[in-house]
Amino acid sequence: MTIKLVVENLKHKPMRSLLSMFLIAVPVTLILCLVGLSRGMLADSARRAKGIGADIIVRPPKTSVLTLSGAPIREQLVSMIQSKPHVGLAMGMIVHPVSSVSFVSGIDLDQFNRMSGGFKYLEGGPFRGPDDLIVDEYYARQNKLRAGDQVTDILNHHWRVSGVVEGGKMAHLVVPMRTLQDLTGNTGKVSQIFVKAGRPADIPAVLAELKALLEDYNIYTMEEFTSLFTVENVQGGALSTFINVMVGIGVVIGFAVVLLSMYMAVLQRTREIGILKALGASRWFILRVILAEAVVMGLGGTVVGIGLSFVARALIMALYPASLTQAITPGWWPIAGAISMAGVLLGALYPGLSAAAQDPIEALAYE
Amino acid sequence: MSEPIIEIRDLRKVYRVGKVDVAALRGVDLDVAEGEFLAIVGPSGSGKSTLFHIIGGLTPASGGSVRIGGQDISSLTDAGRTDLRKRKVGFVFQKFNLLPNLTAGDNIAIARYIAGRPPEPDAEFGEALTLLGISGRLGHKPAALSGGEQQRVALARAIVNHPAILLADEPTGNLDSENTVTVLEVMRNLNRRLGQTILMITHNPEAAAFAHRTVRMRDGRIVA
Repeated sequence: MTIKLVVENLKHKPMRSLLSMFLIAVPVTLILCLVGLSRGMLADSARRAKGIGADIIVRPPKTSVLTLSGAPIREQLVSMIQSKPHVGLAMGMIVHPVSSVSFVSGIDLDQFNRMSGGFKYLEGGPFRGPDDLIVDEYYARQNKLRAGDQVTDILNHHWRVSGVVEGGKMAHLVVPMRTLQDLTGNTGKVSQIFVKAGRPADIPAVLAELKALLEDYNIYTMEEFTSLFTVENVQGGALSTFINVMVGIGVVIGFAVVLLSMYMAVLQRTREIGILKALGASRWFILRVILAEAVVMGLGGTVVGIGLSFVARALIMALYPASLTQAITPGWWPIAGAISMAGVLLGALYPGLSAAAQDPIEALAYE
Repeated sequence: MSEPIIEIRDLRKVYRVGKVDVAALRGVDLDVAEGEFLAIVGPSGSGKSTLFHIIGGLTPASGGSVRIGGQDISSLTDAGRTDLRKRKVGFVFQKFNLLPNLTAGDNIAIARYIAGRPPEPDAEFGEALTLLGISGRLGHKPAALSGGEQQRVALARAIVNHPAILLADEPTGNLDSENTVTVLEVMRNLNRRLGQTILMITHNPEAAAFAHRTVRMRDGRIVA
């Protein structure tokens, strides 16, 4: 009967109920999008790093796992590593940012082909000149590019799109290494070095030798390296803190929305509360009805919020497929639901308690 | 008529309005026998509603005693008065006071639910429903019912848990003359056929004439 009363109350003011659910859904969507973007982009980076086909990565001293600054490694180091026993192939790569979330990578395409097995071309083909550019399918879709198109907004240089490749390998934008080195003032330098052992069994030996040779450098197997792509490792845990702040905001929004909504509902239903009290309803019964109504709105808001996170993902995929990757994170659905429910219950408590404490005679006289 | 089901002695009630004490009841003595239909009349401000609110456990007394079925209710806590409303008293109000979001049937069912009784009413209540003539209207919400039908639903809700007393506060105050007679006849039938004890506040002498006995109140006292 309580549920029936709650459902009828919600149906009686459908706009208020739907608006409240939508507002509760907003922080749920925000949390799910934020977590989904963090995880999606990290997973995308890890997938693309793995797509290079290397066994070991050598990164400059004092660099974090997820950021690179400039190209501080001399190219001669690539040749030196190549000369070591058990090393099948060493390949330098230069990386340069072109926006807050996009990078262009400079490679020697022949070496990359030997290491990774090469790109799968959907249109066009490999570089034919120093000013050629390869883009992946996501960047091509986002920027409406086709093989043969001219591009001028990357490093203020005139590029020709030589090919559009399948996504998931290395980077969204790839150019010849020499050109990028010269354009960025890093002639003879690379950002990081990828190493492929002669045989899989040689990986530990190569790793040990490189660590002994290059003490200050960050050297990982690719398995180790990609396992470090976690939320906790971004900017020294700043992303984790940011997510926690968003969770807090989610609780506050849920609290405020439900507090206002249920306070209005209690005011509007003062006489009904008086009627229930005249029938012998206890304070707990009244509180239970208010809390149950808030819980139903919270559950509805959570479901709407989860639905909206799919809508947000579809929008991001349609508008920014190369810049942002949002993962769907079902593991966070109950967490986001619990966060919104915490806010909802806190918000319903004060109106519920004030309803429960109402004087039945005054409530019955309320117009 | 049998033993008193309601025994009121020197009942007093003082309200605090701002910084002023207002005496609403100034020593009321009243006995109501089980199965009696009693009308209480008097001008506005005479204390009729306050008397009802105390008997019905909606507010505590300031002094004196009220016994219902032998139980002194004047010293009950808030929880005790809630229990009294749940088990011993049924209310009918001038403005019907049905829950607007529930159907007539659910308005009756929720009274049983609050009292902790099973959802299906007993045979005696079925007879009462026949007397009330609302069996075909239980699936409608209050907005779809006439005033007379709403008040008959309110009557059904008030007696569904077989309360010791039915308190009706101006039950015909919002009804036309035809529905007034219908509701009063239903109340008289409930009293005669089911032995329901009824206390009714009214300004209407014709309504009071349906009762076995009428008492008059003025200035917080029973004067006749």
